[in-house]
Amino acid sequence: MNRYEKVGLTKEEYKRIVEGLNREPNDLELSMFGVLWSEHCSYKNSRALLKLFNTKGERVLQGPGENAGAVDIGDDLAVVFKIESHNHPSALEPYQGAATGVGGILRDIFTMGARPIANLNSIRFGHLNDERNKRLLKGVVNGIGNYGNSVGIPTVAGETVFDDCYSDNPLVNAMSVGIIRKDKLKRAIAQGVGNSVILVGHTTGRDGIGGASFASCNLTEESEAMRSAVQVGDPFMEKLLLEACLELMDKEYVVAVQDLGAAGLTSSSCEMALRGGCGIKIDVSKVVTREENMLPEEIMISESQERMLFVVKKGYEEEILKVFKKWNLNAAVIGEIIDDKNLTVTAGDKVVGCVPVELLGDGAKATLRSYRRPKYLDELHLDIDSLKRVEDLNDALIKVLKSENIASKEWVYRQYDYMVRTNTIVRPGGDAAVVAVEGTDKALSLTVDCNSRYCYLDPYEGAKIAVCEAARNIAATGATPIAITDCLNFANPEDEEVYYTFRQAILGITEASKVLNTPVVSGNVSFYNESNKTRIYPTPTIGMVGLLEDKNKACTIDFKELGDSVILVGETLNEIGGSEYLKVIYGKVLGSAPRCYPEIEKNTIECLTKLIKEGLIQSAHDVSEGGMIVALCECAFKNEIGVEVNVKTSLREDIFLFSESQGRFILSAKKEYVDEIITEFKRYGVLAEVIGETKGSKIEVNINGTRVIDKSICDLKRVWEEELQCIMD
Amino acid sequence: MKAGVIVFPGSNCDIDAYKVLEKLNVEVKYIWHDEKIDDEDLIVLPGGFSYGDYLRCGAIARFAKALENINEHIEKGKLVLGICNGFQILTELKALPGALLRNKNLNFICSDCNLIVENTDTPFTNLFKKGDIVNFPIAHGEGNYYIDDEGLGELIKNNQIVFRYQNNPNGSVADIAGIVNKRGNVLGMMPHPERAQDKLLGGEDGLVFFKSVIAYFKEV
Repeated sequence: MNRYEKVGLTKEEYKRIVEGLNREPNDLELSMFGVLWSEHCSYKNSRALLKLFNTKGERVLQGPGENAGAVDIGDDLAVVFKIESHNHPSALEPYQGAATGVGGILRDIFTMGARPIANLNSIRFGHLNDERNKRLLKGVVNGIGNYGNSVGIPTVAGETVFDDCYSDNPLVNAMSVGIIRKDKLKRAIAQGVGNSVILVGHTTGRDGIGGASFASCNLTEESEAMRSAVQVGDPFMEKLLLEACLELMDKEYVVAVQDLGAAGLTSSSCEMALRGGCGIKIDVSKVVTREENMLPEEIMISESQERMLFVVKKGYEEEILKVFKKWNLNAAVIGEIIDDKNLTVTAGDKVVGCVPVELLGDGAKATLRSYRRPKYLDELHLDIDSLKRVEDLNDALIKVLKSENIASKEWVYRQYDYMVRTNTIVRPGGDAAVVAVEGTDKALSLTVDCNSRYCYLDPYEGAKIAVCEAARNIAATGATPIAITDCLNFANPEDEEVYYTFRQAILGITEASKVLNTPVVSGNVSFYNESNKTRIYPTPTIGMVGLLEDKNKACTIDFKELGDSVILVGETLNEIGGSEYLKVIYGKVLGSAPRCYPEIEKNTIECLTKLIKEGLIQSAHDVSEGGMIVALCECAFKNEIGVEVNVKTSLREDIFLFSESQGRFILSAKKEYVDEIITEFKRYGVLAEVIGETKGSKIEVNINGTRVIDKSICDLKRVWEEELQCIMD
Repeated sequence: MKAGVIVFPGSNCDIDAYKVLEKLNVEVKYIWHDEKIDDEDLIVLPGGFSYGDYLRCGAIARFAKALENINEHIEKGKLVLGICNGFQILTELKALPGALLRNKNLNFICSDCNLIVENTDTPFTNLFKKGDIVNFPIAHGEGNYYIDDEGLGELIKNNQIVFRYQNNPNGSVADIAGIVNKRGNVLGMMPHPERAQDKLLGGEDGLVFFKSVIAYFKEV
């Protein structure tokens, strides 16, 4: 193996490095190029396409390119948020992988000066009939819970999805949301020759060495041997670091702050210098290490967690050291800003490496790879009429409610402290969480979403749906969607077919987010989510933030009172492709993904949020996986308020019940408001009709005069509630 | 009445306790772990993970400077309230009997939780009626209260059990959720009354709890 291959570089890349330096790089320099030019750090395979995103909007204060995005929410405040993957580490070491994923995303938020107020996550595994998948789920949930709970940031929402395609490649996407006064936003731009560079927080050890490179190749049997590339988290340290950093953030002498993530000191120093157009000098002998005799290159690429890099005006170093001492944290001046545009690494007085910041930080070529429509897309035809009719739809409903994807996720979210800091208004288990913004009447509505099965059937349509469904979740709480962050999880981009799906997903997100006016302000790309055996579905997870002007108006999914009218908003079509019903009952993932019309979604959302604001709506729930019948059950379960539905349709009964047509909501409202509600939707060009009323303690559905569903809520709820718990405990 | 909320490194419900006391117009301040407590009438040991709780929960916190005089404080008859991690610290301090083990299902549990008020003859519960059902959320991994039979007998004899779980979530002996010392001025409990401070957040039974403390001092 050549020396450049050992650090994951290609021959062509190595040639460019030699040309840029005018000499061969030494081992330290080569290691730094290896990690920074990895896919994980350089985004070389995605950068060109990510430019397509719409990233501008009247509220956007900070778009992609910083540690996190920032959006104006009025009252001089900004919401700062981002989602990030920690997939590969979690596959090997689920507890630490997930925990450090949470730690990393939290640091991205407080690096911007914002106080984190909520965490979310999207996690995906193979089915739980396999012990290994159970172990992964358990480890990941423990890791997320323990880290978030200890730091004291509530984990308020998320999604847990099961599919065979995630068996070898579980996905762990963590999102964090913070609040800051908008004039206090910090950016990680190193400036001011002579200013000091201070490394704070945890000590630097040998853990996580090569993590960035490890995340930039497929998982194989040999991956197990790379367990040492997984970092180890210390939430207590993070909590202290958080408080200490926030104590300093609004100080005028703090020039810039950057957290140490993938590629550690190398990337943080290089990125800050690159943004500032300056150079940076680092003396590795000043770094407080956890182990003896660490080599300069180990110190430079270590991914030890809970560390931050500060650039501070000369003369103010003591001020920083004092605060960190109070919090019992390490802090050491390790370097300074210089004007030669190089990253210079010294060990004491001896220069051990020196490379141009621009070459290191920006030299990995953005490649627009060739792509090809995958063959499998032509083999997905589904003949609905060939599906044998189910005899008893009650049984079918129970099977769907028991499916791991539909069943209650309480086993997961009850392990997360979702209430700490006493701002959580709408808790996990609904469409989106609602968290109050302290000191105002406002609240944020937060969700993460992606139906990757749709993305597999149609990556463009599926990605559009992910954005629109997230927006619908937000709207169901009464909030207006304002911006998104995305975590693009894909297989190997060097495969033309994978790259096609990646490109289509980006186009789909762009299309929907333009129409909905929810610009992309931050995000992350995770490639190489494939093993020798399986390849994940295209999974562009969307994290969305919505704004609720009056927190007292937050709406939930649960039916509130007997005798209310139940309204179905939107059109139910002959769409069963990619549905949970098709998978659970017929074992198929075939057909077309449901069609998604962002313009109609936009009108529906505008109308619904207006009606909620006016106080006309008792409950609102987005219709998604499992279709209308599952949505009805979910509305009924919490308060155990039943419903009787009477409808006429030309669709097959089972398709009417389980179709996953987009753009739909189940609402309940007091009878006297119904006419006004229907009329208002009509004015927005949206179909809305009364389909029944809340009544008794059963779920009862009559289609064209025939009773097709008749079950007590208790029976259905028990099945739905106990499934995951029974499997896991 | 004056209150102090002790902040250990790793405390994370300090703000919630502060918030509810401030809301009820109590003069309240934070006390950093290496400061000394003064003449506060109520000391709150808040929830969280003091010093990371990598050893037994609360095992390090009991050595904090802020707790050096805690026994004198208790002897003077001042009130001490330990919530969640605070309860764990109070048992480590031996200010309260028993110990808190890992939850029976070995997992962290965050949820609403109904409690039965067993003893209203304390400064913390004087506005409740015996047998009241109150909802204080729980959020803990190690809230499984353990005490031996003899100790349990003592607790019962001295009417020291203040709250019991309606549906025991964590395996606690005798469904115990909160206890006081013999004198009744030190309360430790796993559930979080400070989280039940607003209808919008799911309930306000906790306000009655803190109002009881205020009422107690008005009478004293």
